[in-house]
Amino acid sequence: DPQRTAFLLRKQWTLYSVTPMYRFSGAHLRDYARLLSAFIAAEKQKGLAVEVGVELDIKVAVSNLPDLKGSDQDQAAILVQLSSRSSAFQKISEEKLIWSGWFCCVSGDDFSQNLPEDFTCLPLFLANGAECYTSIVGSWFQKTFDCCFRRLAISPLHLSWMAAMWTGCKVDKSASAVELVFSVPRLPQPLDISYAIHPEDAKALWATVQKTPGEITQEEVDVFMDCLYSHFHRHFKIHLSATKLVKVSTAVASAHCEGIIKFLQSQYLTGVLMLLTELAISQIQ
Amino acid sequence: SEKMKRRQSSKTQKQPLQVHYKNQTDLSSWQKGGRIDPEKSVQNNQSPNNQKNDSKQDSLEQALSYFEKVQDHVSLKKNNVNNVLQKHLTTVESIALQRGLPPEGFDVLLNVALSGKLADTVNTRLLKSLIPASVIPETSVVSSVSWFCVGKCSGNIQLLFLRWLITMFDFIDHKEQLHALYGFFFSFLQDEKMCPYVCHLLYLLTRKESVKPFRIRRLLDLQVKMGMQSHLQALLSLYKLFCPELVTITLPGKMKTFFKNSDGPWKAAINAVRRRKHENFPVSQPLFLGTAQPRSRKRKWNTQLVIPASSTNKNNLKDDKEKNHVDLYSTNESFPVEQLQTFSQLLQNICHLEFPSQMGSVLTNPLLLHYMNCIKDESIYLRLYYWMGQTLQEECTWCVADNNQYEEEFKDFLETVYKTECFLQEGFSSCEEFLYKSLPLWDGFCCRSQILRLVSWIPLSSFSEMKSHLYDPLAQLFFTSSLYFKCSVLESLKQLLQNWLNWHVINLDSESDSQFHSLNTTLSGLVNVVAELIHFVGWISTVALRLENNSTFLLYFILDFYETVCDVYLRYSLPLLIMPPAGVFYPALLSMDSVSLNQLCYIMYRYRTNLVAAKENELSKKKILQFKFSSQTYQEYNQYIIAMVGCLWTSSAFQKDVHPQGLQMNDELLKKTTVQEFKTSFNIVYHPAMMGYAILFLQQAWPDDTAFNFSLIK
Repeated sequence: DPQRTAFLLRKQWTLYSVTPMYRFSGAHLRDYARLLSAFIAAEKQKGLAVEVGVELDIKVAVSNLPDLKGSDQDQAAILVQLSSRSSAFQKISEEKLIWSGWFCCVSGDDFSQNLPEDFTCLPLFLANGAECYTSIVGSWFQKTFDCCFRRLAISPLHLSWMAAMWTGCKVDKSASAVELVFSVPRLPQPLDISYAIHPEDAKALWATVQKTPGEITQEEVDVFMDCLYSHFHRHFKIHLSATKLVKVSTAVASAHCEGIIKFLQSQYLTGVLMLLTELAISQIQ
Repeated sequence: SEKMKRRQSSKTQKQPLQVHYKNQTDLSSWQKGGRIDPEKSVQNNQSPNNQKNDSKQDSLEQALSYFEKVQDHVSLKKNNVNNVLQKHLTTVESIALQRGLPPEGFDVLLNVALSGKLADTVNTRLLKSLIPASVIPETSVVSSVSWFCVGKCSGNIQLLFLRWLITMFDFIDHKEQLHALYGFFFSFLQDEKMCPYVCHLLYLLTRKESVKPFRIRRLLDLQVKMGMQSHLQALLSLYKLFCPELVTITLPGKMKTFFKNSDGPWKAAINAVRRRKHENFPVSQPLFLGTAQPRSRKRKWNTQLVIPASSTNKNNLKDDKEKNHVDLYSTNESFPVEQLQTFSQLLQNICHLEFPSQMGSVLTNPLLLHYMNCIKDESIYLRLYYWMGQTLQEECTWCVADNNQYEEEFKDFLETVYKTECFLQEGFSSCEEFLYKSLPLWDGFCCRSQILRLVSWIPLSSFSEMKSHLYDPLAQLFFTSSLYFKCSVLESLKQLLQNWLNWHVINLDSESDSQFHSLNTTLSGLVNVVAELIHFVGWISTVALRLENNSTFLLYFILDFYETVCDVYLRYSLPLLIMPPAGVFYPALLSMDSVSLNQLCYIMYRYRTNLVAAKENELSKKKILQFKFSSQTYQEYNQYIIAMVGCLWTSSAFQKDVHPQGLQMNDELLKKTTVQEFKTSFNIVYHPAMMGYAILFLQQAWPDDTAFNFSLIK
C-alpha cells in the first residue's frame, strides 16, 4: 500500500547497520515507547543532548510497518517517531515531528534464519532528524537490547551498481536526470565533479549493455560505467575512473557514499531496501 | 597547628623507602673510588627534588598559618610588615597555579577573603587563587557562605565569591548542607548585581524539593520588576521541568544560552593544574571490576570500549497478565549485577543472577566471566560475539580512517580482550575474525604486542584457511621486519601452538560434548592443522636465519619453539613428530654460542625419548597412544643424530653426514683449511661454542700453563 509508506519518500535518511537485538518483542511496542520517553527525559535533565531552557515535551511513538518486507520470514519493520508538543502561545497543543527512525529487514532470510529464537533480525536502521536524537534513541536500543549500531558507508563499487540498476528501472512520470557526483582527491581545493545524464539516454545505454533482463553482472556494470567515463573524457579530457564516486541520483533514489539515502519512488522502495539490507548484513558478519 | 604536624610526619615516613631504592642504583659511590658512606651520597643525590617539594609544602603551611592569625587592616603597600603579606600571598598564588591547593587550605583562605580583614586587592587575589588540587571540603564552603551573608566584605568580593562558587561547584565533596542553604541564596536574588550569578548558583542547586510556590511567585515578581531576563527564565523553566503543575505560565520556547560563562579567571588555571597532574601521575586504570565510571567517548555515541555492568530492566516489560498474578512465594527477584562485588556473593546468588543488559561489560568483570563459564546459553556468546566483532572492526585504528588518534584507547581495549581470553583460557571467534580481516592491512607496528598476543589465542579449528588468512599476511610482515619483530612473531606462534595442544589435552580428558567447542573433527584433521603450523614456522625460521645471519637471539626463539614441538607426543598425547628443517638444525649445531648448542642437544634428546616411547607403545599393542610414526621420520632423526654425534664426539663430522644440506666435505677440501690432523680436530673440544668451557677447563687443570693446548683434553 503506497499511501502508508509515502511519508518515507523524499526524506534524507542516514544509514546504520544494527546487530541482532536480544529479547525484542513486537508485542511490547507501547512499553518501549514509554521507556524510551523516560530515557529521553532523563537525558534532557542531564543537559547532554538538548539545550536546557528550551521547553520541549517529547512524545515517543513506536509502531509497526508491516508493508516493508521482502519475504514472510522477514521481521516487520519498526518505526520510532519523536514529536515535540509545545504549548507555547497556543491553547491547542501542536505536535511537530522532530525525528524519525525505522528498523527494517528486506530479504534477509539467509542471515536471520540461522539466529536463535531470542534474537530479532532488523539489520538496517534509517534515521532522519537531529543527530542528538539519533544518539539518544540508538543508545537506548543498545542498552536495552544489546545491539550495536554502526554507520553504514556505501563504497563506490556499490554506488556504481546502484547507478546501473536504477537507471534501468521504469518510471511513470518524467524522470529526472541521472546524476553522478565525483570527488577529486589530493587537490589543494576540494573539487567535485557533477555529471548529469539525460534519463532516456542513460536508459538506452543500459539497455544495450544488459544482456538478460532481471539479471545484472559485474561486467555489465563495469561496461556501463566505462561508457559514461569515456564519453566524459572525450569532452573534458578528465579520467573519471581516477576519481571517487561519492553520490548517485536517479529517479528511483539517490545515495551518498557516507551512508545517506533518499527514496523517490514508492514502487521501488522494497527493491532499494533489499540492496541496503544486504549491505548492512555484510557489515555485521 | 596539629594538622600541619601530622602532615610533616607523614612526609618523613616516605623517605626510608626512597633511600633503599637509591642505594641499589647509585653508582656514583663506585665512580668516586673507595667506599663512601652510602647515606651521605644518597642525600646528596636525592636532596634537590625532595627538598624543593618539602620547602614548598613548608612555605604553604607558613602562609596558611599567617592568614589564620592575621590582624585587621593590614594593607599591601606600606611598611615592612607587608613584605610578609606579599610573600605569603605570592606563595599561595604560585602553589595554587602549579598544583592546586590542598583541601585543608580552603577554610582559612575563604574566611580571610570574605571577612573583610584585608584590603580588596588582597581578597581578590586570594579568591582568584582558590584552585583545588583535589576537592573542596563542604565545611569550608558553608562557613564562607556565612561570612558572605554577613556582608563584611565589599560587593565586588561577594560577586567574585559567587562566581568562584559556580565555577568550583563540582569540586565540592558533599552538597547536603549546601542544599540546606538554598533559602539563603534565594534571598539574594533581590540584589540586582548579584541576581544573574545567584540564579546560576540556584540552577545548580535546585532539586524537586526546592520548588515551592512562594519561590515561583518571587521569581515572577522579579521578572515583572526587571523584565525578561534570561537567567530568571532559565530558573523558571527548570522549576517547570520539576513541577510543571506549579508553573503555569508559558515560557517562550527556543532560548539560547542563558547564563554567561563565568569560568573566568579560574578556567585556565584549572586546566593547567589538571594537565600537570596527569603528567606526573599516570591516569588510573579503570577498576578491573566494572563498576567504575567509564571514560565516555564523546566522539561517537555508538561505540563504547568500556561498558559498566547494569542489569536488564525486565519488570517494565512483563505482560499485564503476569502483573496481576502475585506470587507470594516466588523468589523471582534476580540479584542485581551492579551489587556483585565478591566471589562469595557470586556463589550465594548464582541461581538468581542474570547477565547484564550489555554483554560487553563482562570483559572487565572476572566474577561475571566465572559465571559465563558455568552457563551453557548460546545467546550470551552470540551477544558478546556481535558486540566484540563490531567494536573491534569499528575502532581498529588502521582499518578505519580518522581512527589513528585513538590508538591508545584501542591498544587498551585489545589488552583487555587478551586478558579476558587468558582468564577464560580460550579465544573469541569474533577476535579471530577481526584478526583475519585486519592482518592484511596491518603495518606490523601499531598495537604490535597486543595483536601478536591475540594471535596466540586463535582457536583451533579443523577447516584450515589459516594459510591464506594468517600465515600469508604474517609471513609478508615477518620477512620485511626487524629482528625483534621476527622474534615476537615466533614467540607468539609458539604460544599459539601451546594453546592448541593444551586445548587438545583438555578435550581428550573431558567427557562433555559441549556444542560450542566441538569441532566435528577427527584426530587426523587436528594433526594436519598442527602440522601445518609447525611446517610454517620451520619455513620462516629457515629464511629468517639466513636473513639475520644466524643471529643467536633469533635462534633462541626458534629452538624454544622446537622445544615444544619435540615433546608433542609424550606431553600432549598428539601423535605427531616433526623434525626441524636442516636450515634450523645445522646453524644450531654449528652455532657460535653454547646456549643454542645446549638447547639443540636437549631437543634431540627429547625427540629420541618420544620416538622410543612410540616404538614401545606400538610394540606393546597398547590401545592408548598407539601410533606408528613413519619410517621416514626415524630416518630423518637418525641422519641428524649421526651428524651431531660425528660433529661432537667422533670427529667424523664431515665424512658421515649424507644429508643434502649437511656437512659432508671431502678430504681435499678439508686439507685446504690447513688444519693439522683434521681427522681428529673437529669435535666438541674444538667447537667454537664450547671454546669458553675448554679454556676454563684448561685453566682449572693446569693453572700455570698459559698456552692453551686443546689436545690435552681428551
